Amino acid sequence: MVNTKVTLCGIGLDNPVIPASGTFGYGAEFAALYDIDCLGTFSFKGTTREPRFGNPTPRIAECPDGMLNSVGLQNPGVEAVIAEILPQMEAYFHKPVMANVSGFSVTEYAETCAMLDAEKQIGWLEVNVSCPNVHGGGMSFGTDPKAAAEVTRAVKAVTTKPVIMKLSPNVTSITEIAKACEDAGADGLSLINTIQGMRIDLRRKKPVLANTFGGLSGPAILPVALRMVYQVYEAVSIPIVGMGGVSTTQDVVEMMLAGATAVQIGAVNLVNPFAGRDIVNDLPEVMEKYGIKNLSDCIGGAH
Amino acid sequence: MKEVNLQIVSQERIARDVYKMILSGDTTAVTAPGQFVNVRLDGLYLRRPISVCDWQPEELTLIYKVVGKGTAQMASLPDGTVLSVLTGLGNGYDLTKSGERPLLLGGGVGVPPLYLAAKLLRAAGKTVTAVLGFNTADDVFYQDEFRALGVRTIITTADGSCGTRGFVTDALADAGDYSYVYTCGPEPMLKAVYNAVETSGQFSFEERMGCGFGACMGCTCKTKYGSKRICTDGPVLEKEEIVW
Repeated sequence: MVNTKVTLCGIGLDNPVIPASGTFGYGAEFAALYDIDCLGTFSFKGTTREPRFGNPTPRIAECPDGMLNSVGLQNPGVEAVIAEILPQMEAYFHKPVMANVSGFSVTEYAETCAMLDAEKQIGWLEVNVSCPNVHGGGMSFGTDPKAAAEVTRAVKAVTTKPVIMKLSPNVTSITEIAKACEDAGADGLSLINTIQGMRIDLRRKKPVLANTFGGLSGPAILPVALRMVYQVYEAVSIPIVGMGGVSTTQDVVEMMLAGATAVQIGAVNLVNPFAGRDIVNDLPEVMEKYGIKNLSDCIGGAH
Repeated sequence: MKEVNLQIVSQERIARDVYKMILSGDTTAVTAPGQFVNVRLDGLYLRRPISVCDWQPEELTLIYKVVGKGTAQMASLPDGTVLSVLTGLGNGYDLTKSGERPLLLGGGVGVPPLYLAAKLLRAAGKTVTAVLGFNTADDVFYQDEFRALGVRTIITTADGSCGTRGFVTDALADAGDYSYVYTCGPEPMLKAVYNAVETSGQFSFEERMGCGFGACMGCTCKTKYGSKRICTDGPVLEKEEIVW
């Protein structure tokens, strides 16, 4: 028998597999397809203080081994999430959930997190300082170590839940931002968010995305994600949630060897809605193949 | 929604760049005309959404136009190829609202989903008129199939090379009285139909999609009743809720 359990910021997970924010809604669409309690947890759709429509369409573009999105943090706002969505979620998900939060000012991040802090179902706050698709917010906090630290401190001050800062790869030195968040009290780090990119329509001779730029995800970015998780693992001592192009159980193990305590799966949920279940189901076989008894022993194993 | 493996039984070119693909396998997730499927293709990351033209137990007919890499690849697939397909996506048309004399307005590859609607409306004993619009005579398909259902069928072409010259809205006067409208086609056509028709109706929209089943928020549009996802809350919207 293999042991797939890991512990993320003091909370136990049956396995390290976590659907990533923005690819899993609030879980309902997937709960209709399979029992999502098989997952370690999932990170719900990036939530902001106020409801957001998001960017104009087209918001999606095909890429070699991946996709671009410029959804732009469409969400119903934290009040609707607390009043309507979380009560429904109790019926189809029975584990602590990861709440993904975004904002446009330090105050807004803190307000949203303070409101979510009272919710029993929420295990972790994953604070997104890395959305590439919104202006004047999101990524601008994640590309400056001082701003990232400021958001971290503001959020830590209003919650007792573990705070995981979600970092952008669109920076010169991700380790510098990672260290700034750790020094400011972050309990963990999530990386990487999508890599900024674009595509151009040859017929119209214009950008495919209405927002011009979008975030690249999918298998194309796995090597970049592994490299950054590996680097950040050496730079900090808080746990890392690794993500970026993870599509198979083997990718999960690879990400853990790079330094991840838990692993998020993103774009693959959109092309294979059963990916979360399949990746979890394949864990024992893959672990046996590579002689792994305790999955947690893999964390940082490549260093 | 279901994820199923469907096998290509046959494929034929039925108009310029337009192909008809018949697939066999589990089609039980399809419940209404106007729904679509999302097809996985080798070497492409995102699935390709294609509307359902016809459906029966263990058989699915798709009609699609080659417009890019994905559809070009579909057209090249030999019979017997097995495809991973998400089926039964989208809300589809609600035929209970049709009244006795529904009018179907289709433009280009907006015509296929109306075929299944026409078939079911005829089976329910309705008097059905269809106006099918194309650019030119080389693009026209399925006029005989609609007529074979007992549907009064009017063809329009933009250049007048077949049927009435102009757009589907130019043939409205010939369509006679109608009780309700079902339409599908490019957005400029839908807008023209919206402004031209006198009754209520249902409009089927197209948008670039990530997942096709409501998870990614890639295809959201604004409606009078808030944000809706074209893939799951649509692709069919009621006339009364549309915001242009």
